[in-house]
Amino acid sequence: MSYPENFKYTKEHEWVKVEGDSGIIGITDHAQEELGDIVFVDLPKSGAKVRKGETFGSVESVKAVSDIYSPVSGEVTAVNELLSTSPEKLNEDPHGAAWLIKVKLSDSGELNGLLSAADYQSYIGAE
Amino acid sequence: MIKKVSSHIVQNEPLVFELSSPGKRGYQLPDLDVPPVDAAQALGAENVRSEIEGFPEISEIETIRHFTRLSTWNYAIDLGLYPLGSCTMKYNPRVNELVARTEGLAWAHPYQPEEFSQGCMEIIAALEKALAEITGLDAVTLQPAAGAHGEFTGILMIRALLETRGNPRKKILVPDSAHGTNPATAMMVGYTVENIKSNNRGMVDLEVLSRVTTDDVAAFMITNPNTVGVFEENIRKICAIMHEKGALVYMDGANMNALVGIVRPGELGIDVMHLNLHKTFSTPHGGGGPGSGAVAVAKVLTPFLPSPRLERDGDRWTWNFDLPDSIGRVRAYYGNFGVLVRALAYIMAHGGNGLRQATLDALLNANYIRALLEPSYDLAYRAPSMHECVFSDDRQAKKGVRTGDIAKRLIDYGFHPYTVSFPLIVRGALMIEPTETESKRELDLFADAMISIAKEVEENPELVLKAPHSTLIRRVDEVTAARRPIVRWKPQTKASQAAD
Repeated sequence: MSYPENFKYTKEHEWVKVEGDSGIIGITDHAQEELGDIVFVDLPKSGAKVRKGETFGSVESVKAVSDIYSPVSGEVTAVNELLSTSPEKLNEDPHGAAWLIKVKLSDSGELNGLLSAADYQSYIGAE
Repeated sequence: MIKKVSSHIVQNEPLVFELSSPGKRGYQLPDLDVPPVDAAQALGAENVRSEIEGFPEISEIETIRHFTRLSTWNYAIDLGLYPLGSCTMKYNPRVNELVARTEGLAWAHPYQPEEFSQGCMEIIAALEKALAEITGLDAVTLQPAAGAHGEFTGILMIRALLETRGNPRKKILVPDSAHGTNPATAMMVGYTVENIKSNNRGMVDLEVLSRVTTDDVAAFMITNPNTVGVFEENIRKICAIMHEKGALVYMDGANMNALVGIVRPGELGIDVMHLNLHKTFSTPHGGGGPGSGAVAVAKVLTPFLPSPRLERDGDRWTWNFDLPDSIGRVRAYYGNFGVLVRALAYIMAHGGNGLRQATLDALLNANYIRALLEPSYDLAYRAPSMHECVFSDDRQAKKGVRTGDIAKRLIDYGFHPYTVSFPLIVRGALMIEPTETESKRELDLFADAMISIAKEVEENPELVLKAPHSTLIRRVDEVTAARRPIVRWKPQTKASQAAD
């Protein structure tokens, strides 16, 4: 699966796609591949505050539960309801339909510290 | 040649509900010798039900056969090696059971007056003393009912101590190799958790630790040996870094089976730790145990121990409830007393030298397994193994076979699987802890099975991917079971039959 050029990535395997003053956050294809079959996704509610580098939810697969770290700070404005009934979407379309949350960015400067698609791919290649 | 291949009993067995036929009874009650009472009149009609829908009605022999058959599908330490890493599935000696069934202990009641409970109190005192000696710490509480409960108790005491110093602080540091219960405990006590990455030898990185240990840090929770079975050789330095910043060190004692009689954590600088009596001290582990998560503390934490505390008053034992700094009770009564009796029996049957020998045997067994399997499986870390060894499935993954598949195939060879996919810092982990219980013969049988499976992966991976083959229930669909669990049997109704 390809890693979209217009996304920014973290070493903890999240991505963020910026649209105006909002960021859509998800986990990478590499992350879902490592986790295996995902069975449950725990996400915050709209209105919750997330902070860069801190956990805002978790993804549970058959073998493990993994925290999800926010790549940016801000307020949650939307949560992907699809994942509460169809967690398997995260295995099928992690960069598209299975986005996790939408956040109103509080500091767009935070995006500068994140990885490009090329940097992220060389990072997971070396890992 | 493979010397051990299981023959699981493959007899179909319906659910107990499906065995039911109306009016069957497994009991006989004598005639009433008092006037009958109308329940509806006494309790109110709304509180009485004449029938429970779908309640199974079967005879005594049918009940016995049903559960006995089910039990033959099970696996237990009394059938063979149970190599679950991090779980210390050792033999539960029968002498423990004999002692625990002593009439005066088995029938003791927690509301019995102190003067009739002196024997039980003596047992609690003796066990507290033995565990303080083993851990090198000052005092022990036996109240916590399991490991995570012990962690919770320990961190509550740390918080109470820091509060008396004026600031409970905000964070607890936890290595990325920790048991999942550690971060959960920190959160339960109101702390935030910061993960510490391990270095390339699977140990805590001292530089990272020094950098993140600020005045906000209340404690470091460390498992030693850690979850990759490696002894944290910088443990004294780790304790010094924490103490210098006024923080405390909590040790998860889940892996204490590697240290008993050799290393006393109190002497390393540990402030508080729990012991899993159901791991290290041989009390039953399966079927819910129940467990016991005894907690040992250094002097600085003793005022905060759960109340009541056992004290000597002249020639008798008494409970002291007058402990103003105590975090209070964490468990009704005095812990899982029957388990405490078994743990003390184990300790006394071994004596100090015997406990030390058990530890050495546990280390020897794990390293023997490591040496036998190293040609066939990739070791996760090269650092010396203690009581367990951790491999990764890297080599087998190239053939599309993962740790979970190998574990399922192991069932066909008559063994319980090892721990799968934990610790998380090892990709595709196979975590194996044989304990001191096992003879060389059993270890060889296990190693032969593992080596044979590695060969199968090379020659016929499909065989492993579709395992188990010899069990009544073959490969279960774990994904669907987790995504769409059906957790309760429901009686068939006309509507559901129509739907079928």
